[in-house]
Amino acid sequence: QYLGDLICNLEGYVGFASLPNQVYRKSVKRGFEFTLMVVGESGLGKSTLINSLFLTDLYSTEYPGPSHRIKKTVQVEQSKVLIKEGGVQLLLTIVDTPGFGDAVDNSNCWQPVIDHIDSKFEDYLNSESRVNRRQMPDSRIHCCLYFIAPSGHGLKPLDIEFMKRLHEKVNVIPLIAKADTLTPEECQQFKKQIMREIQEHKIKIYEFPETDDEEENRLVKKIKDKLPLAVVGSNTIIEVNSKRVRGRQYPWGVAEVENGDHCDFTILRDMLIRTHMQDLKDVTNNVHYENYRSRKLAAVTYNGVDNNRVKGQLCTKLDTVEGMSPLAQMEEERREHVTKMKKMEMEMEQVFEMKVKEKVQKLKDSEAELQRRHEQMKKNLEAQHKELEEKRRVFEEERANWESQQRLEQQKMEASRGKKSSNAKVKTH
Amino acid sequence: MSESTKPHHPNPQGKGEKTHGSDFSYVGIDAILEQMRRKAMKQGFELNIMVVGQSGLGKSTLMNTLFKSKVSRKSVQPNPEERIPKTIEIKSISHDIEEKGVRMKLTVIDTPGFGDQINNENCWQPIMKFINDQYEAYLQEEININRKKRIPDSRVHCCIYFIPPTGHCLRPLDVEFMRRLSKVVNIVPVIAKADTLTLEERDYFKQTIREELRANGIDVYPQKEFDEDADDRMINDKIREMIPFAVVGSDQEYQVNGKKILGRKTKWGTIEVENIAHCEFAYLRDLLIRTHMQNIKDITGSIHYETYRVRRLNESNGSWGDRRFRHAGLPRLGEMANSNSK
Repeated sequence: QYLGDLICNLEGYVGFASLPNQVYRKSVKRGFEFTLMVVGESGLGKSTLINSLFLTDLYSTEYPGPSHRIKKTVQVEQSKVLIKEGGVQLLLTIVDTPGFGDAVDNSNCWQPVIDHIDSKFEDYLNSESRVNRRQMPDSRIHCCLYFIAPSGHGLKPLDIEFMKRLHEKVNVIPLIAKADTLTPEECQQFKKQIMREIQEHKIKIYEFPETDDEEENRLVKKIKDKLPLAVVGSNTIIEVNSKRVRGRQYPWGVAEVENGDHCDFTILRDMLIRTHMQDLKDVTNNVHYENYRSRKLAAVTYNGVDNNRVKGQLCTKLDTVEGMSPLAQMEEERREHVTKMKKMEMEMEQVFEMKVKEKVQKLKDSEAELQRRHEQMKKNLEAQHKELEEKRRVFEEERANWESQQRLEQQKMEASRGKKSSNAKVKTH
Repeated sequence: MSESTKPHHPNPQGKGEKTHGSDFSYVGIDAILEQMRRKAMKQGFELNIMVVGQSGLGKSTLMNTLFKSKVSRKSVQPNPEERIPKTIEIKSISHDIEEKGVRMKLTVIDTPGFGDQINNENCWQPIMKFINDQYEAYLQEEININRKKRIPDSRVHCCIYFIPPTGHCLRPLDVEFMRRLSKVVNIVPVIAKADTLTLEERDYFKQTIREELRANGIDVYPQKEFDEDADDRMINDKIREMIPFAVVGSDQEYQVNGKKILGRKTKWGTIEVENIAHCEFAYLRDLLIRTHMQNIKDITGSIHYETYRVRRLNESNGSWGDRRFRHAGLPRLGEMANSNSK
C-alpha cells in the first residue's frame, strides 16, 4: 500500500541541517578539479583570455606562440596549474589545441580533438570499472570554449562543422574573440546572426539550467540574451581616471576588460568559475559521459567479440544492456567459441596435410636423385673395371713377352757358356 | 633685355617658377605637359582594383572608404543575409566617378568565398585564371589587324590582399597566395581591421610579416627591382618600411571636436580613419590614388603584361595568327615578340 510522500514535522532540533557544512568541509579538504579546453584559430587571443580568466601566467612569454610553431598539424596539449583561494584548492587543467584551423586544408582538423575527448572518457570508464577504485582522477573535459573570429558576418564553415561534431561530446560554449574589433551595433548583429545559424544547424551549445530561485532565473535570462559572449582578454594594467584596470591601450582610448559595457568578460568569468562550474561538471558526468558509456558498452555486448578491447580491462556490466539476458549471452558466446575452435581445427588439419604432401614429394625427389647417382656411379665403376681389365691384359701380354724373351736370353746364355766351356776344355788339352 | 611678345601659353602645371632666360630662347616644349593634361582629362582614366581576403575582413567597407562613395559589391547588390558562397566567385563592379573635371572608370573586382572553406587548396586558381584572362583579352585586341583606337583596359592593375589581424604571423594560405600572385600582378598587402591591435602589437606583427615575405621571396608592390632612379628608390624605401599598411575602414561619419570625420565609434573611444596616429589608411590612399596610381598602371602594363605576352607568344610560336600577318606583309609573331622584349 503506497504511503505517498509523508512529510514529517520535527518536534525538536535533530541536527542534520549541518549536512551541507559537512559536505562543504569534505570537499574543501579534497579539493576540486576542473578541465577546460580552448579551441580556435591562431591569433584569436585564447592564451591571453586564459591568463586573464585565472589571473595566472599559464602561457608565459616563453611559451612558443604561433609564430614559432614548427609542426603544422593539430596538436593537443595539456597544462596543469594548482590554484588556491580562500582555503579552496582547484586543480585546473587547460587543454589547448594549437594548429587548429591554421592550415590551407583543414579537413578533419577536429579529429585530434575528438580523439582526445574520447580517450579521456575511456580512461574514466576504465578507472570506474576497476576493482580497486580508491583514486578516480577525473580528467574528462568539462567545458570547451570555442573561439569565433570577429568577422561580423556569421559563422564560418569550419566553425559549424566543428560544433556539430562536438556538441554531443562536450559542453560547447561559443565565444566571440577579440570583441574590441566590433562596435556595439555590429556586435549585436553578429550575435543574433550566430545564434540564428546555431539554431539552424541544430547545434546544442551549453544551456544554463533553470532553477527555482526567481533571482537566479533573471540572471540566467540576462546571460542567455547575451550569448554568445563577446570577450576581450588582457593582463596588462593601465591607469584610467586614476583607477587601475586591466585593459588594452589604443591611441583612441582604453578598452577595459572588466567593464560590462565594453565586453562580456565578467559574465564569462562569473559564469564559468563562480556560478556554473559545478553544473558544467555535472552535465559532463550525467549527460556526455553517460552517452559515451552507453554507446561504448553497446558496441561491446552486441558483437560478442569485444571490438573495443582495452588491454586487460574488460567491462563486466552486461546486465545493463537491454534485449539479451546474461545466460543467453553466454550461451551465444560459447557457441561462437566452439565454431571458432572447429574452424581452427579444420584449418590446422588442412595445413598439416599440405605439409605432409610436401614432405613426401620432397623425399620422393631425393630418392630419385639418389637412384640416379647410384646408376651413374655404377656405370663409372664398370667403365673403370673394363679399363683395368684392359690394362691387366696388356700387362699380361707384356709379361708373357718378357718371360719368353727371358727364356730366349737364358738359352742363349747357356748356349754361349757351353761353347765357352767346351772351348776352354779344348784349350787345356 | 628686349621685350618681345611672349607667346601665349598657360603656365605649365605644378612646375612653379621657371626662369626662361631670355624670352626669345623659349621654345615651348614644356607646353606639352598641358596638352597631355587636357587630353588625359578628356579621355579619363581606368583603374581596376581587385580585393582578396577572407569574408568579414572589411574589404567592401575599405573600398567605400577609399573612394568615398558606395563602390563596393555590397552597396550595389545589397545582400540581406551574408552567405559564404561554396566556391570562389569573381564579381566585378564598375563605376564612373569624377573629381575636379577628371573622370575615372573604377572597377572593383571582388572575390567572395576566398579562403572561407574548410579545405582551401587551390583557392588561388580561379583568381589567377581571371587575371590571365584579362591579359589574354588585351592581347587579342592588340594582335587584331584592325585595332580599336583605345583598347579597353580590363587588366587588374592592383590586388589588395587582406591579412587577418592575428598579431602573430602570416598563415600558410596567405604565403601561398602571395607567392603565386606576386608574379602576375601588383600585390599590396594590408592588415585588415587594424583596430584590433595595439601599437606595439601592430609593429611586431608588421615586422614578422616583412620578414616572412622576405624569407619566401615574395615581392610586393613597390617592387625593388622596378625602382627607376635614386629618388624613386628613396620614396619607395620609405613605403617599403611601412608595408603592410594597418588599415581601418568606415563609411560612417561622426562628430569629433566639431569636425565631421569618418570613423568607428566604440564605448571606449572613436577611431578616426584618416588620422595617421590611429591607423595607416591615409598612407594607403595616398599610395594607391594620389602618388603611385600611374606607376601601378605602368608596371602592370609594361612588366606583368609583357611577361604574359612573351610567354604566350613563345608558346604558340609560329603557328598562331601567322597567316594573318603574312598577308598583311608584317613580320612573323615570333620576330615581333623578340624585338619587343628588351
